Amino acid sequence: MGVAVAIQQLVKCFGQLRALDGVSLEIAEGEFFGLLGPNGAGKTTLISCLAGLARPDAGMLKVMGYDVLADYREARRCLGVVPQELVFDPFFSVRETLRIQSGYFGIRNNDDWIDEILANLDLTSKAHINMRRLSGGMKRRVLVAQALVHKPPVIVLDEPTAGVDVELRQGLWQFVQRLNGEGHTVILTTHYLEEAEALCGRIAMLKQGRIVALDSTSNLLARYSGHTLNLRLANDRCLPDDLLARSSNTQGYRVFRLTGFDEIEPLLAEIRQAGGIIEDLRLTQTDLEDVFVSVMQEADGREGVAAR
Amino acid sequence: MTGFLTLLYKEVLRFWKVSFQTVAAPVLTALLYLLIFSHVLDSHLQVNGVRYAAFLIPGLVMMSILQNAFANTSSSLIQSKVTGSIVFVLLPPISYVEFFLAYVVAAMLRGLMVGLGVLLVTGWFASLSFVAPVWILLFALIGGGVMGSLGMIAGIWADKFDQLAGFQNFLILPLTMLSGVFYSIHSLPLFWQQVSHFNPVFYMIDGFRYGFFGVSDVAPIMSLVVVAVSFIVVALITLALMRSGYKLRN
Ligand SMILES: Nc1ncnc2c1ncn2[C@@H]1O[C@H](COP(=O)(O)OP(=O)(O)O)[C@@H](O)[C@H]1O
Ligand SMILES: [Mg+2]
Repeated sequence: MGVAVAIQQLVKCFGQLRALDGVSLEIAEGEFFGLLGPNGAGKTTLISCLAGLARPDAGMLKVMGYDVLADYREARRCLGVVPQELVFDPFFSVRETLRIQSGYFGIRNNDDWIDEILANLDLTSKAHINMRRLSGGMKRRVLVAQALVHKPPVIVLDEPTAGVDVELRQGLWQFVQRLNGEGHTVILTTHYLEEAEALCGRIAMLKQGRIVALDSTSNLLARYSGHTLNLRLANDRCLPDDLLARSSNTQGYRVFRLTGFDEIEPLLAEIRQAGGIIEDLRLTQTDLEDVFVSVMQEADGREGVAAR
Repeated sequence: MTGFLTLLYKEVLRFWKVSFQTVAAPVLTALLYLLIFSHVLDSHLQVNGVRYAAFLIPGLVMMSILQNAFANTSSSLIQSKVTGSIVFVLLPPISYVEFFLAYVVAAMLRGLMVGLGVLLVTGWFASLSFVAPVWILLFALIGGGVMGSLGMIAGIWADKFDQLAGFQNFLILPLTMLSGVFYSIHSLPLFWQQVSHFNPVFYMIDGFRYGFFGVSDVAPIMSLVVVAVSFIVVALITLALMRSGYKLRN
């Protein structure tokens, strides 16, 4: 398999802010790749650099072997981007929008493929409707359609499911998975970590412009494998420092990562000794969300050390 | 080529879909100018040997061409920047030269359409002659090109609609109004005559008018040179801006 996207030592600054601080990344053809990170991590900036919407300050980016600056025509022909913002051209109908977008990529008479995209995105009945009159979810799907008019080998979706309801989300993922099955490389950013866990074969986690984790989804889950014990305590404060340090606090629960079930009994005993009163107790399997939280906390820790 | 042609088509379609505002409205504005000014002045005034209404009409036509060419590129760019839909033309493999040409040619077309409209509705009010039609077309095209290009600079530079309005009110409007649309500069005090000679729009109007009557304040070839040089300068600035990615690919 060839390399679909290659990024080396990418730096992008906005004034004093280093939005991307030396990112290197390689994505193979045919991958379903997840790009995760908190708001402001630099995901959209990375995509903008890849798409030629932003000029990098340093580093190199290639799409299907084409440099995004030197061979911009080929690179852009290989790339379909669904932007994060819900943008549209209010002058045109859905079909006009897609025909025009095809033309920008040098394609005439694209109606067969346009019809297929419309059908797959459940937009056929809206083809003649002006963009202004579509709901947010429909506009989002037209954005997806626009990114696909030229059958790009690499498809980038920047939070494509924000504001799209569950049923349509399913349809969208079916379509994107089909495209991935047909050989298209897919790069996805999303806030829904269950989505990323279900879809992505490999994941990069980004924080403050740096990659803090990069591995296959299964390896990431395995690295933090096991279970977590989630406790809601009436008197959280009474716990001794070492218990606080071993746990994290999410949505009112103390979360303890377990490597085995035999840890549960001594842990509960410690809490009882400290006078903790348990209001609720849950045992859950690690999911990508736990991994995400752990990775981000570890990154914080590393930065703390570096700062000292 | 398809990319360029599609972008041109899209830019034309954009103003054509709202042609009531983008073509009909400016034609009506020019007609009102003509009715008011010629009613007041036509019986009293002759300029360069032609009656005032006949003198005024080519000026109004050219002013409409210039203002609408400017309005087309600048409003298209600012709109798509503000709404974010500019990404649709930035993502495809379209070069900055194609981008520039598509926008400027569309602006020239809108200018010509409005200009033709103004000519058709105002031509009834005076007996016009067309001494040198090639000059008419040449000045209309290059003048539209200068203003279309200037509109691109304004549209790229401005982040908000009011910044664009400032550009329009403090630069474009004075330049077009103080260019001899409504008068011959020979009727101005000497100082203002000299100032007018630094205004490229003066040469556009003067050369354009020459095409109708065969008389002008300045030799038409001189005007053509000034207008052509203006176009080259403004176009080069625009192309340099686009090449650098200024505000479009930052
Ligand atoms: N055009 C811009 N000008 C200035 N700062 C920007 C610009 N775009 C993004 N940033 C900043 O860069 C950082 C990364 O933003 P972004 O890539 O949008 O993050 P994400 O998509 O991961 O939420 C943020 O701190 C954001 O405020
Ligand atoms: Mg983002």
